[in-house]
Amino acid sequence: MVLATNSEEHLHSTFASRYVRAVVPRFTMPNNSMPKDAAYQVISDELMLDGNPRLNLASFVTTWMEPECDKLIQESVNKNYVDMDEYPVTTELQNRCVNMIANLFHAPMGEEEAAIGCGTVGSSEAIMLAGLAFKRKWQQRRRAQGLPTDNPNIVTGANVQVCWEKFARYFEVELKEVKLSEGYYVMDPAKAVEMVDENTICVAAILGSTLTGEFEDVKLLNDLLAEKNAETGWDVAIHVDAASGGFIAPFLYPDLEWDFRLPWVKSINVSGHKYGLVYAGVGWIVWRTKDDLPEDLVFHINYLGADQPTFTLNFSKGSSQIIAQYYQFIRLGFEGYKNIMENCMDNARRLREGIEMTGKFDIVSKDIGVPLVAFSLKDSSKHTVFEIAESLRKFGWIIPAYTMPADAQHIAVLRVVIREDFSRGLADRLITHIIQVLKEIDGLPSRVAHLAAAAAVSGGEVKTAKMSLEDITKYWKRLVEHKRNIVC
Amino acid sequence: MVLSHAASDSDVSVHSTFASRYVRTSLPRFRMPENSIPKEAAYQIINDELMLDGNPRLNLASFVTTWMEPECDKLIMASINKNYVDMDEYPVTTELQNRCVNMIAHLFNAPLGETETAVGVGTVGSSEAIMLAGLAFKRKWQNKRRAEGKPFDKPNIVTGANVQVCWEKFARYFEVELKEVKLREGYYVMDPEQAVEMVDENTICVAAILGSTLNGEFEDVKLLNDLLVLKNKETGLDIPIHVDAASGGFIAPFLYPELEWDFRLPQVKSINVSGHKYGLVYAGIGWVVWRNKEDLPDELIFHINYLGADQPTFTLNFSKGSSQVIAQYYQLIRLGHEGYRNVMENCRENMIVLREGLEKTGRFSIVSKDEGIPLVAFSLKDNSSHTEFEISEMLRRYGWIVPAYTMPANAEHITVLRVVIREDFSRTLAERLVMDIEKVMHELDELPSRVIHKISLGEVKSEDNGDNMVVTVKKSDIEKPIEINVKKSDKPIFC
Repeated sequence: MVLATNSEEHLHSTFASRYVRAVVPRFTMPNNSMPKDAAYQVISDELMLDGNPRLNLASFVTTWMEPECDKLIQESVNKNYVDMDEYPVTTELQNRCVNMIANLFHAPMGEEEAAIGCGTVGSSEAIMLAGLAFKRKWQQRRRAQGLPTDNPNIVTGANVQVCWEKFARYFEVELKEVKLSEGYYVMDPAKAVEMVDENTICVAAILGSTLTGEFEDVKLLNDLLAEKNAETGWDVAIHVDAASGGFIAPFLYPDLEWDFRLPWVKSINVSGHKYGLVYAGVGWIVWRTKDDLPEDLVFHINYLGADQPTFTLNFSKGSSQIIAQYYQFIRLGFEGYKNIMENCMDNARRLREGIEMTGKFDIVSKDIGVPLVAFSLKDSSKHTVFEIAESLRKFGWIIPAYTMPADAQHIAVLRVVIREDFSRGLADRLITHIIQVLKEIDGLPSRVAHLAAAAAVSGGEVKTAKMSLEDITKYWKRLVEHKRNIVC
Repeated sequence: MVLSHAASDSDVSVHSTFASRYVRTSLPRFRMPENSIPKEAAYQIINDELMLDGNPRLNLASFVTTWMEPECDKLIMASINKNYVDMDEYPVTTELQNRCVNMIAHLFNAPLGETETAVGVGTVGSSEAIMLAGLAFKRKWQNKRRAEGKPFDKPNIVTGANVQVCWEKFARYFEVELKEVKLREGYYVMDPEQAVEMVDENTICVAAILGSTLNGEFEDVKLLNDLLVLKNKETGLDIPIHVDAASGGFIAPFLYPELEWDFRLPQVKSINVSGHKYGLVYAGIGWVVWRNKEDLPDELIFHINYLGADQPTFTLNFSKGSSQVIAQYYQLIRLGHEGYRNVMENCRENMIVLREGLEKTGRFSIVSKDEGIPLVAFSLKDNSSHTEFEISEMLRRYGWIVPAYTMPANAEHITVLRVVIREDFSRTLAERLVMDIEKVMHELDELPSRVIHKISLGEVKSEDNGDNMVVTVKKSDIEKPIEINVKKSDKPIFC
């Protein structure tokens, strides 16, 4: 067979060219160039084997935006956000978003006063910045009192998302976790306040727990902390991780006091790319007032005479998501966000009812909180939720199965997140598929019994039902270790 | 004339965009509006405001890529809704990242076996990459000191005063002291000898820059390596090197393959490079690579078991878009060595055209070297009547964004204009820029000097310095558009 010469290459249709015959480069850059359509096709084809983002029911992160917004995104993809002097309008759009979010969270500001906050790449960066601010404030306070500053700690629930662990490890702060218990999957405010000591830089509450979507009782935490602070003279404050809940509570539960209306809440983060309804890559952090952000952490840029403070870990990054966030704010407005969240709750309710009607599941999530449905099998002795998750993949659905963190590791749940683009039609279809999967699995021999039998033979001791369940979840955990904390 | 009534809701869809009432209302700034507006109106309003941003392609201040092929744009838009961190859901995208890391590690001559996988990760930019590298060095140093029973509360890092601001951020946020080697007139990069002198037992690493922000020069990493090896032998310390190759990492391998600056030097333990500079991808991607597993302390890594295989992750950011990673892979396989070399050679040629054009005017001295990043940094031979800041201001009228900077300590009296040559800065644009600069010089010559005016107002000192008149001008707010008031130093932020 004659190999194509260079001069004839442009004649070959994509799949006739020699580029689809060559080994795809993996470890080293190829020596020669290839035509752009070949490069496009090769990559595009491999990517077909990625999951479909819109069927990824594990993630809270937005997977659909209006075409008009896609257009704005495309047009700004070559704008480096950090060039504030070159792109003053884009910079101003960020500032407007910060102000809108701060007002949404009832930050105590005057009419024309500018909010303190910034856009980030996601809630991870936002949380690290907030934590850094708390750490620095605490260090300053301690130093002024002549006390040691080498053992800072932060109090959170064991249900925190992994970025808190990262913050703790990278910034050398001890993480003191309030353990969960069966049936209680969020941080207990009373236990949290007990764990607070003089080295605590802050207490982190979550509005919209990753595992069950629940809102933690920030008001109770605030009141208990106020008492403790009055007793001890410490000044331990609250950070609210509202990554998911920050764009739900103001629209669905406006009377719920969780934000700056509570005096001890000093900073809040929210993910623009979750219920802010923007694609992955934007988060927001807002501080209560200037005093809550130590000056020496802020770098100042003189932008056309006006002072532009910046305090982010990332520097150069795209502008698209910031512009998209502003688009959503003015396009939807309060009314639009409210409608979307109400739709999500309705669809979540529909899904929950459908799952309950099968009679095989317990619903672990609450009705109040982030629109998601977390459910576990009533009887896991023969089959597990991990098998159900695996089988649902055949239909294209990506539904994760998780175990709870300590001390409820024996509980395993499936979780479906209802996003803006998860319509009623999809909900009904999912229910149908779940019913089908249950039927199929019933027909299969039990992997669980097999494992339990093997364990009993090797172990020799009598195991309770709870213990075998733990063994099984350990087996599956090997395959999905830490996944429960990673997918958000 | 009868005033028309405000459009009723049912009529809204009928109105053409600029006839609708939405372009009559004031844009919300502080609070979210109560009601929704149609998507076309939202698009138009934002699009129109953004017209007043600068044109990214005429922004000659930035190294960051501003143009990619349409095929790549297509891949980018198609993956815009993929959250990169969902490794289990998007295994192919994850693999593309791993392939990029391997390719870059090999490009930098990491000592890897045939099928050994590289240690590295994609980041949002070099800032995150540098923080991760610094964190690794800090942790390694702490572990070592703890094992030796010595104090580990005063880590420091040695760099040149020409470092980009992210090193200052790293130092401040992660509580490491920054020991800067000062520059001097005519020598605008870190002096390896002075650097090695400043090293002590608390030094976690020495950071060298391949492609200084200010004048594009490559620092002499080989000399630094050799001096450091000697010092390590004398003192029994093991001070490593990090190379900040944000700009230079995708230039040196193609234009100067014989230059030893990477893992070929034994003390170099980690390197960062910006995918969004000469990696030729839009803003939002960087890479950091470690020499081998030992250089990245395991306790900093979070492990995810992805379909049975171990997937280590170590990044500050979590959820983020996948587009730039895919775009980077596209560029690496689309261009290959040959393609990158061609692009860099074109940049270098156009840089020479610009430099020669500027030299021909006779008014400028060239501060940048020919070896290094393709950029031209130049200052006025005589800035007694007009300054570089005025030239920068006037060039804006023609659409060009050319920044003017002062050098950091101890060369603050030197001001330069800097033009970065990117892939999409063609020869015709270079020639046009020279013409426009000549026009600006001509106009300035006609204008009364702001400097002389200030001297007469007493705002400015002028003193005789032998044959020269030395004029020290106080800069107005307009003349210092891009200065960061960072404690104890002034750093230009543009990278």
